[in-house]
Amino acid sequence: MPLSSRHLLGLQGVPKEDINLILDTAKTFREVLERPIKRVPTLQGKTVINLFYESSTRTRISFELAEKRLSADAVNFSVSTSSVSKGETLKDTIRNIEAMKVDMVVVRHPAAGTPLFLTKVCDSNIINAGDGAHEHPTQALLDMYSIKEKLGKLEGVKVCMVGDIAHSRVALSNIFGLKAVGAEVSVCGPSTMIPKNIEELGVKVIYDIDEAIRENDVLNVLRIQLERKAREYFPSIREYAAFFGITEERLEKVGKEDILILHPGPINRGVELSSGVADGLKQIILTQVTNGVAVRMAVLYLLGTMN
Amino acid sequence: MKIILKNTHLLHPEQKVDRDKIDILLIDGVISKIDNLKKDDFKDAQEFDLRGKYIAPGFFDMHVHLREPGREDKETIISGCNSAANGGFTGIACMPNTEPAIDSAEVVTFIKRKAASHLVNVHPVAAATVGRKGEVISPMAELYENGAVGFSDDGVAIKTSAILRRALEYSKMFGTPVIEHCEDETLAGGSMNEGLNSTTLGLPPIPSVAEDIIVSRDILMAEYTGGIIHIAHISTKKSVEMVREAKKKGTKVTAEVTPHHFTLTDDAVKTYDTNTKMNPPLRTREDVNEIIKGLKDGTIDAIASDHAPHSIEEKETEFDYALNGIIGLETEVGLTLTELYHNKILSLNQIIEKLAINPRKILNIPVPKFDVGEQANFTIFDPDEVWTVDISKFKSKSVNSPFDKRLLTGKAVGVINNNMMFYNGEMVRI
Repeated sequence: MPLSSRHLLGLQGVPKEDINLILDTAKTFREVLERPIKRVPTLQGKTVINLFYESSTRTRISFELAEKRLSADAVNFSVSTSSVSKGETLKDTIRNIEAMKVDMVVVRHPAAGTPLFLTKVCDSNIINAGDGAHEHPTQALLDMYSIKEKLGKLEGVKVCMVGDIAHSRVALSNIFGLKAVGAEVSVCGPSTMIPKNIEELGVKVIYDIDEAIRENDVLNVLRIQLERKAREYFPSIREYAAFFGITEERLEKVGKEDILILHPGPINRGVELSSGVADGLKQIILTQVTNGVAVRMAVLYLLGTMN
Repeated sequence: MKIILKNTHLLHPEQKVDRDKIDILLIDGVISKIDNLKKDDFKDAQEFDLRGKYIAPGFFDMHVHLREPGREDKETIISGCNSAANGGFTGIACMPNTEPAIDSAEVVTFIKRKAASHLVNVHPVAAATVGRKGEVISPMAELYENGAVGFSDDGVAIKTSAILRRALEYSKMFGTPVIEHCEDETLAGGSMNEGLNSTTLGLPPIPSVAEDIIVSRDILMAEYTGGIIHIAHISTKKSVEMVREAKKKGTKVTAEVTPHHFTLTDDAVKTYDTNTKMNPPLRTREDVNEIIKGLKDGTIDAIASDHAPHSIEEKETEFDYALNGIIGLETEVGLTLTELYHNKILSLNQIIEKLAINPRKILNIPVPKFDVGEQANFTIFDPDEVWTVDISKFKSKSVNSPFDKRLLTGKAVGVINNNMMFYNGEMVRI
């Protein structure tokens, strides 16, 4: 059974069957990653370009590794966004790239909707690796994979996204993906960082981090952006860490030391997670990274073998 | 030259004219006879059979961006006038956010001179402050004397309450309105209306309260100063409610709405089509419903396009980087008839008030009359013509419209003004 779309632009509206297919396929590739020879010939002869308009190390490396493990030819194309206004238009760039006979494009871009725009100006399969504050579907898929791996299921699992929900593509993709497979989703963070209409997505809003810890099976803790723009939304890092930071004391106080905590990385130690909690998570966070490669292999494989 | 417009339906709500099956004789662009034409009148006359078509006082769009001077690649004064004529307008007011801004007598004169020989009358709205910077009020007396019909920093609201106060007080001397683009700049800067759609699309939001705050400020200041305020492109429920209340109290406030703000909601943005990006942004169904109510009860006086031409490169790009605005002159009448007349929201008379009479009254421009001896200033329209929008056939230099390929019912088929007639796509001297 193939996926219902030839692109992966986001998880909004993606049917449960597709999500399960990706997660099941990822499991197969996860096993491949444990072998001494971690390469399969599945996408031999296919060319994938990683078109990154935003700096990213881990997502790009994860995709690149996934592409290489599938024997695809991987090319990286990084564009500094500061040159956007005077540089080549995105449409010209993508047409040029396509003229080089590329089969798939993995795109990260600071402007929401850019992956959809690309589907209209080129014929390659488009995979969204993060667009503005919109979606980051492979991150959500790997989070879901990691939850399923740890807890054995997704249906009925209670997951809380913690942090800056309003500007997070990871949060939005997780909400759509988790809701599709029947998980219960809540969000927790400063009220300035919770979008006004989020409840209409069937999501519960919690402002008290202790309550969020108490009521959930999983916390997916987002990275707080420390630059000035993000800082308009909360008074100080100190206050954020004091009221929303996850610390060992807090987990102990609520009696949930064993709660599953995910973090897409990189962690701001002492802000969203205390160093102690972060160190305790080493294993799951590293597993998340490995799972990321497997999930991206699954997506590339399923889309790359469709046409 | 003799022209006879046959079998037409004359509609002029202000003159209380509503007569069907009428023949009109024009000689050299002047109304020479209405009805009871003699055989002699037909001699050497060019006849146009306008069965099923209406003649209204020429439509007037009070919110048009002509890009000249400065961005002639997007629209020139002439191409904008051609677009207006093709859309069914005999007059337009052009906004001052050109480069340089319309903040000197020279620029006002330049525009008036360029448009002088056209069928379409062009009335510049001058900047309310020098360079639209919000620091010092513009030389309004001189601008007014040279033909400016209103004052606006359109594109942005007048920056501070203090300068707004001075602008309202000063322009009051000439009876001209201050036209406000209502948006609190400290809340603005997003790409679409704030709501569920902005959340799921991940686009930076513009809250409706950014408009409401400035509408509220402007109404209060108009009350305080006795000045005249006109709210441009009203788009939110609360703003409509505030204008309604202010009018009841006798405040000198008027408002216009664009066809896209009564036709579309922010659901249209879901495609990330940059032709759905405008400022004010497309709002919610609730806002549209209140706008419709405001059109019905007279809270909203005028319909205006906010015709905003942009180059292809400026629109065919990432949503966040695309410029705001769409062209509107050539879809305005069609959308108004389709959405408001055929959906039984407004009568044809009410539509003529909002497209021809009220905009001129707001700007103190004489309303064309259907009297013998008057110069013919007409819009000929067919409320029932079904047509499909084809942007490639438009006269505007730009193509940024979300309405391409849209099926509309009702169309302006011709205009007559300044001894010229634009009919069936042809401009002829009469």
